[in-house]
Amino acid sequence: MNQRSNSSTTPAIHPHRPWDKHMEDATAEVFEMMVGGPIELMADAGTVAKGDITGMIGLAGALCGVLSIRCTQEAAGKIAYRMLGGSDTSASSLRDALGEICNMVAGNLKTKVPGVADSCMLSVPTVVSGEDYELYTMVDGERFQIAMNFEGLPIWITLSIHN
Amino acid sequence: MKKISVLIVDDSAVMRKIVERSLRQAGLELVKVLEAGNGVEALATLRGEKVDLILSDINMPSMDGLEFLKQLPTIESAKGVPVVMITTEGSESRVVEAISAGASGYIRKPFTPDQVKERVASLVEGLE
Repeated sequence: MNQRSNSSTTPAIHPHRPWDKHMEDATAEVFEMMVGGPIELMADAGTVAKGDITGMIGLAGALCGVLSIRCTQEAAGKIAYRMLGGSDTSASSLRDALGEICNMVAGNLKTKVPGVADSCMLSVPTVVSGEDYELYTMVDGERFQIAMNFEGLPIWITLSIHN
Repeated sequence: MKKISVLIVDDSAVMRKIVERSLRQAGLELVKVLEAGNGVEALATLRGEKVDLILSDINMPSMDGLEFLKQLPTIESAKGVPVVMITTEGSESRVVEAISAGASGYIRKPFTPDQVKERVASLVEGLE
């Protein structure tokens, strides 16, 4: 997965209403129930995902690819703070929280695509952090990406899938 | 609500805390909360502790929730203890597999405290 659009190994981002809507709905439901804060589409976020922490989860089977959620440490801290009721916002909790969000968004997304829930498996989530990195995936297919606004900060959700 | 002791099994410490908080928000009075990061740890915990209710994730490293369910009858003190599975999968076949393996119910992530209450209330009321 390369969340920049200039890599030959990464499919271009396709505006695709059904997938975008599934991703938006899946993310909004997870945030509403587990984070407790409103989240909505961020139209003016641009096309390049930015942020120094990324949660990723692999999908295999009927829906095959990678779902990633990228944001700043500040945004991830706000997510963890809300999820834990302000009880613990250590670096490990922050990573754990983002990984779980990624896990739940992917799981929720599966249920929104007819025929996929029973025939798609999820991997254990992985979280990457750093000041400057690009993510590449070898998926030969399509890539869908949305940005959502959480407490004024962008959260990037990217789905790279095999055709 | 009765006072109960619970074992929460999940590889995510954040999720374990959220499950505990949801149980309390659902009105359960928890006198003891034990945690385990996977099925192996959960079985080890249950060899030394008795609980009234177990909530377990399905997807975990080392030993997943379904294998944990299958191994649970080997622990004498855990016989008859209701187990609620917590899963992100949303897969009917996984739920059926869990129920067949002995789960008393399931909760799908993401969940609200009300959904937790709905799933565990009858199980808790049935405890002696």
